[in-house]
Amino acid sequence: MSGLTQYPIHKLHKLLLTKEITSVELTRAYLEKIDTADPKIKAYITVTPDQALEQAEKADKRIQAGEAALLTGIPLGIKDNMCLKGVRTTCASKILENFVPPFTATVLEKLEEQGAVFLGKLNLDEFAMGSSTENSAFFPTHNPYNLDYIPGGSSGGSAAATAACLCAGSLGSDTGGSIRQPASHCGVVGMKPTYGRVSRFGLVAFASSLDQIGPITKDVTDCAIMLQAISGYDRRDSTSVDTEVPDYQAALSTDLSGMTIGLPREYFGKGLSDEVETGIKNAIGILEQLGAKVVEVSVPHTKYAIACYYIIAPAEASSNLARYDGVKYGYRAKGYSNLLEMYKKTRSEGFGPEVKRRIMIGTYCLSSGYYDAYYKKASQVRTLITNDFKNAFSECDVMATPVAPTPAFKIGEKTDDPLQMYLSDIFTISTNLAGVPGLSVPCAVSKGGLPIGIQFMAPHFKEERTLKAAYALEQALGNFKEWPQF
Amino acid sequence: MKITRAEVEHVADLARLHFTEEELDGFTTQLNDILSYVAQLEGVDTGDIEPSTHAMHMANAFREDEVSPSLSPEEALANAPEKEDEAFFVVPKII
Repeated sequence: MSGLTQYPIHKLHKLLLTKEITSVELTRAYLEKIDTADPKIKAYITVTPDQALEQAEKADKRIQAGEAALLTGIPLGIKDNMCLKGVRTTCASKILENFVPPFTATVLEKLEEQGAVFLGKLNLDEFAMGSSTENSAFFPTHNPYNLDYIPGGSSGGSAAATAACLCAGSLGSDTGGSIRQPASHCGVVGMKPTYGRVSRFGLVAFASSLDQIGPITKDVTDCAIMLQAISGYDRRDSTSVDTEVPDYQAALSTDLSGMTIGLPREYFGKGLSDEVETGIKNAIGILEQLGAKVVEVSVPHTKYAIACYYIIAPAEASSNLARYDGVKYGYRAKGYSNLLEMYKKTRSEGFGPEVKRRIMIGTYCLSSGYYDAYYKKASQVRTLITNDFKNAFSECDVMATPVAPTPAFKIGEKTDDPLQMYLSDIFTISTNLAGVPGLSVPCAVSKGGLPIGIQFMAPHFKEERTLKAAYALEQALGNFKEWPQF
Repeated sequence: MKITRAEVEHVADLARLHFTEEELDGFTTQLNDILSYVAQLEGVDTGDIEPSTHAMHMANAFREDEVSPSLSPEEALANAPEKEDEAFFVVPKII
């Protein structure tokens, strides 16, 4: 039965339809695997076996009745910053350690409508702030390819669980790379859709103009299936865009003739490790063989992207996290003598150091006297970066870039220097600022056995182009790595 | 722009956060490192360019002022740290 956990969603769907397996058997297989392997990986914060089996039983009835959708009966893991009614949602923070949402996020309602099964909630950097999942208030998650290494972040739990076959696929969220970078480090596929493509209703907000929910899956076909399921206008999210959702699976093809791929020169300079560079160049060579034309493009303001992001994101975070005050939900400190003390004690005891750091940066940048110099300036640079992307896409259909400057680093290696950690976000961060879609797909393995991903970016609402390029590459590369065994 | 310890204390007050003396020192150093890094944006020629708050240029998303179902009092109070009569959140006296 444990062999089942290796299969991608689209294969499991076929097995369910032909009644070779039931969703209950499949769900049990994953729950058993979580029991044996998750103590080593630590991907899950909360496992929900009873609810999962209940959902699986319902799914089996639906399959029997011939009413299965693509995700009916498929066991998934959900990053623990998306509200699921009745299930503890912690954001990997002490301040929400016992918070049980009274409502369900739109994306999860959509998955429920298809009859998917939720295995549990997955670990993340606290409030999605981080690039290694080391900022979780509970425990770090380990990279399934080498347990001493980070899985990436902030959706480290989602990426690790998918790679270790502790779920068939998962949802993550991405504000500055938090889906794509862990997907790259864990050898799985991760997609951040266009801003406004997927509803943020029920996603605990970090930076409201940057956050997006997206799939983390074993392969590109699964990514297209999950993206299809969660995309679409939602009137409960006022930043949701009412535009048609194309058929993403129909876009998958192994023939790239007619596609122009742009390589932004600013993404291929110093700081990129040799192994990553080789892996990316090899992948680009394959794309050319598949018919794509490769050109050099430029996104000149790339060097300002990190500075721009690390003003805007903390500023928005300082506002979004002001709600955690111990009044209506979440942790409340003891031993206060007045309201102000209650706020300060609650927040100081409830938030971890990285969260506090970002709240402090954000508050400073928005405060009177500094707003123009920092926040307004960063917002203007954001316009320049967005324009850079528009210009680059006038010369190509998609851009191809590295995802991270190096493969995963060791747990504890960068925790002393927050700025060093921030600088490693360089290749993913601009996509959030410009709101364009970005997808990471595995393309190589380092000498140390750690996966390396390549990123495809496209203009707004052209996710299908990234899926097409990624699928073609994936098929051409074939099985160049194994799923780690536990 | 170097941030002083006094400014860090002021920002902490605004953010409703409390730090120990040791934490304040640590934060002052880290914040200075980060703020020096982001200050490089000063050198970017932005001229009269419009600041963006979003990548998409979206206008206000209005809806009709119609009442729709919301949380019941029980649901709303379910996570309350302190509540009374299943109708109130209890907080320290303000006035």
